[in-house]
Amino acid sequence: MSDIISVNGTPQRLPDDPRTSLLDFLRQHIGLTGTKKGCDHGQCGACTVIVNGIRINSCLTLAAMHDGDEVTTIEGLGTPDRPSDLQKAFLEHDGFQCGYCTPGQICSATAMLQEIANDWPSDASEDLEGPPQLTGEEIRERMSGNLCRCGAYANIVAAIREVAEKSA
Amino acid sequence: MRPFAYGRPRTIEEATRVVADDGAMAIAGGTNLLDLMKLQVETPEKLADINRIGFGEIEDTQAGGLSLGALATNTATAVHPRVRADYPVLARAILSGATQQLRNKATNGGNLCQRTRCFYFTNVDQPCNKRDPGSGCGAIDGVAKLHAILGTSEQCIATYPGDMAVALSALDASVDIATANGEKRTVPVREFHCLPGDTPWRENVLEEGEIITAITLPPPVGGTQIYRKVRERSSYAFALVSVAAIVEMEDGLFTRADLAFGGLAHKPWHDPRVGEALIGQPPTSETIDRAADILLADARGFGENDFKIPLARRALHAVLEPAAEGAG
Ligand SMILES: Cc1cc2nc3c(=O)[nH]c(=O)nc-3n(C[C@H](O)[C@H](O)[C@H](O)COP(=O)(O)OP(=O)(O)OC[C@H]3O[C@@H](n4cnc5c(N)ncnc54)[C@H](O)[C@@H]3O)c2cc1C
Ligand code: SF4
Ligand code: FES
Ligand code: FES
Repeated sequence: MSDIISVNGTPQRLPDDPRTSLLDFLRQHIGLTGTKKGCDHGQCGACTVIVNGIRINSCLTLAAMHDGDEVTTIEGLGTPDRPSDLQKAFLEHDGFQCGYCTPGQICSATAMLQEIANDWPSDASEDLEGPPQLTGEEIRERMSGNLCRCGAYANIVAAIREVAEKSA
Repeated sequence: MRPFAYGRPRTIEEATRVVADDGAMAIAGGTNLLDLMKLQVETPEKLADINRIGFGEIEDTQAGGLSLGALATNTATAVHPRVRADYPVLARAILSGATQQLRNKATNGGNLCQRTRCFYFTNVDQPCNKRDPGSGCGAIDGVAKLHAILGTSEQCIATYPGDMAVALSALDASVDIATANGEKRTVPVREFHCLPGDTPWRENVLEEGEIITAITLPPPVGGTQIYRKVRERSSYAFALVSVAAIVEMEDGLFTRADLAFGGLAHKPWHDPRVGEALIGQPPTSETIDRAADILLADARGFGENDFKIPLARRALHAVLEPAAEGAG
């Protein structure tokens, strides 16, 4: 197969075995181990990456299905020297303990801020048509696909809220 | 996962042909199929990735309704301005399901065809007539908390787990299907899913090689539209019971009550007699109880899911009492 996927701006050849999930491709084939595997069944969100601007679970999709797509992983959002706003806010607010869920949380939150900017409603939105309000309830509902075994939720919400309010 | 061959048909004709002749399984978002392939509940030898055959659009129909492409995502559907304005019960049902990441990948066609969440079905070490015909039903005498109370059979008591289709049933939408010999047919959503009967492996009316191309919504129906999902936690869980309701009132009496229920059966449950019992009546507790009596006349629990019988009744009250106020 000569299919190409772009990962953090670098073109990569897609794997030959069609069974390879996008998650295993990122971690095992091209060595980007920032994206984590929690459940491998779409339940925990540790594997969240951004594909063509949209957040998805990389464990429940085949790499082969992403010919021509552009993937952004946690490594593509920032570096230790130049962290993204959300990466900085997670540090400042102690938005993690063990850190295992954190790459997924930050990828998810990054795309979530765009969804709010697009005025997309959530199950917590009282009004389906107006712009969403930035309540804690909205953030929790929109982030419900990212579980944290350490229970750092309160600080995760605080970190996201700070960045969301700044960009709003 | 078992090895499989992977292909990308480019047209609907090619897709129906590889599914019909080569025994390929269609993969759309993959969020249900890949999950089941990892568990070896599904073991296709070929996958036809149908994401490049078109049918990803959401378009107005000539009749004034809306056509939801089968390959459009659940997210694209729920955030579409016309879905939010004209079919809020559908937007709400979709947004109540799964998570943003999953809805971003899940497609409308795949959502309709998602398999049951019965944990005997998803565990290949357990007996299950749906997965392995004739092996027995683990759930009937086992852990049946999520299971059906209406339309069950001796063979299978599983539920259809989705939310979107419950709203589509209340809206009386229809499913557009491309057949293996190049023809088209349309089936009302209310007739798309099957009861288990003696063929529990058959979950919907799709024949070999058929692919869903779109879901068609009727012209806007108005009314007060509500989707109420009762679940074990307030987000990110499948419904124990759900109710989709489109209600109108005039002079304090119901003039319209289109109701469909999730979590109760092997299909979204629509019993026209339930709504009919409300028409011309005031929204009193007695009226709603009479409608619930009709809904639940043949209900049967299997121990762990007995609670669904009173829960369905309460959910109906919880939906109709405020709906009546909103529509008054
Ligand atoms: C953790 C988790 C939680 C979830 N919670 C909910 C929930 O609360 N509510 C809810 O409703 N759903 C829930 N879901 C299910 C989710 O909505 C479905 O997985 C999704 O809608 C399936 O769509 P897909 O496009 O990914 O389907 P796929 O996985 O690609 O396909 C599913 C099935 O449909 C067939 N198929 C796909 N497209 C077509 C077509 N066009 N024509 C014919 N056949 C087709 C496939 O062959 C396959 O058999 C949850 C899923 C997960 C993993
Ligand atoms: S309820 Fe249906 S799906 Fe579940 S074990 Fe019984 S036969 Fe299988
Ligand atoms: S590893 Fe993908 S959701 Fe858990
Ligand atoms: S910080 Fe440990 S799982 Fe979230």
